[in-house]
Amino acid sequence: MIKKALKTAFPYSIPILTGFLFLGISYGIYMRALGFSAAYPIFMSMLIFAGSMEFVTASMLLGGFNPIGAALLTLMVNARHIFYGITMVSKYKNVGKKKWYLIFGMCDESFSINCSVEVPEGVDKGWFYFWVTLLNQSYWVLGATCGALLGSLVTFDSKGLEFVMTALFVVIFLDNWLKEKNYFSSLLGLGISLVCLVVFGAEKFLVPAMCMIFIVLSLARPHPEKEVA
Amino acid sequence: MTLTQQFITIGIVVAVTVFTRAIAFWLFPEGKKTPPFVQYLGKALPPAVFGMLVIYCLKDCSLLSGTHALPELLSIALITLVHVRKRNMFLSIASGTVCYMLLTNYLC
Repeated sequence: MIKKALKTAFPYSIPILTGFLFLGISYGIYMRALGFSAAYPIFMSMLIFAGSMEFVTASMLLGGFNPIGAALLTLMVNARHIFYGITMVSKYKNVGKKKWYLIFGMCDESFSINCSVEVPEGVDKGWFYFWVTLLNQSYWVLGATCGALLGSLVTFDSKGLEFVMTALFVVIFLDNWLKEKNYFSSLLGLGISLVCLVVFGAEKFLVPAMCMIFIVLSLARPHPEKEVA
Repeated sequence: MTLTQQFITIGIVVAVTVFTRAIAFWLFPEGKKTPPFVQYLGKALPPAVFGMLVIYCLKDCSLLSGTHALPELLSIALITLVHVRKRNMFLSIASGTVCYMLLTNYLC
């Protein structure tokens, strides 16, 4: 059962293998270049496991000690995970103790795969989710470790490889689009995010975009009595 | 920053990250019935979140300067074409990524 779930999960993780190794190596090299010992990127990739936040944390460590600022900044950068949680509350039911790890490791990529892939019949859902999450984290930690330990030794020409992550999210978005009956929520997410990006800028658009998506979806909810249970 | 202060900072980042991932599971535990509004959000949110993630990946592109985001837009157009025709996730991702690498390395 466990093996079968691993076999099913692995192919879905291949794009992330490519992207995370590349980005992880970049992160390891970046941390060493800032003057941190190899232990920092290795343990931060294991414990924080939220890509963009790890880069942000690196610059925080170089500044003055400001615990409240650190908490608020983390909350803003990672607020999107609250949405992931709301979405996965029902999917991550009845999976036993694995649930704790699924929640800990719920990065953008693991969420997107586990939320969008229909686990084939005969494959244990809990273990499928678990392997997707664990494989993804292993790639990230492996990448960061390689970058941290060997960074200065390897030079590789792979400019543009980071686009694999964008491609992954575009495909997940498209795949969902092709299955949809109405495109309201897809267009809403795309449109509001785009408007907020233009208005608030790259650093600050996520939180206002999330608030607006939440408000519009709440208002668009069909009347509860008319809803088919 | 001293070593202790660095550990505290990293600890705070870890704690807040876990908090954002776990809060929904704390508020709506398995034993209790999930409120209908949250069930609705669970179904309505994913498409919007996927759209938001696409924009999030493209947030640092500039339409007005540099390559005018041409490599990104062309690669996304290719991904769309391949995916609508073949519906093969890996083929779509691979063709888009290779297209982007070729464009950024040789053309733009």
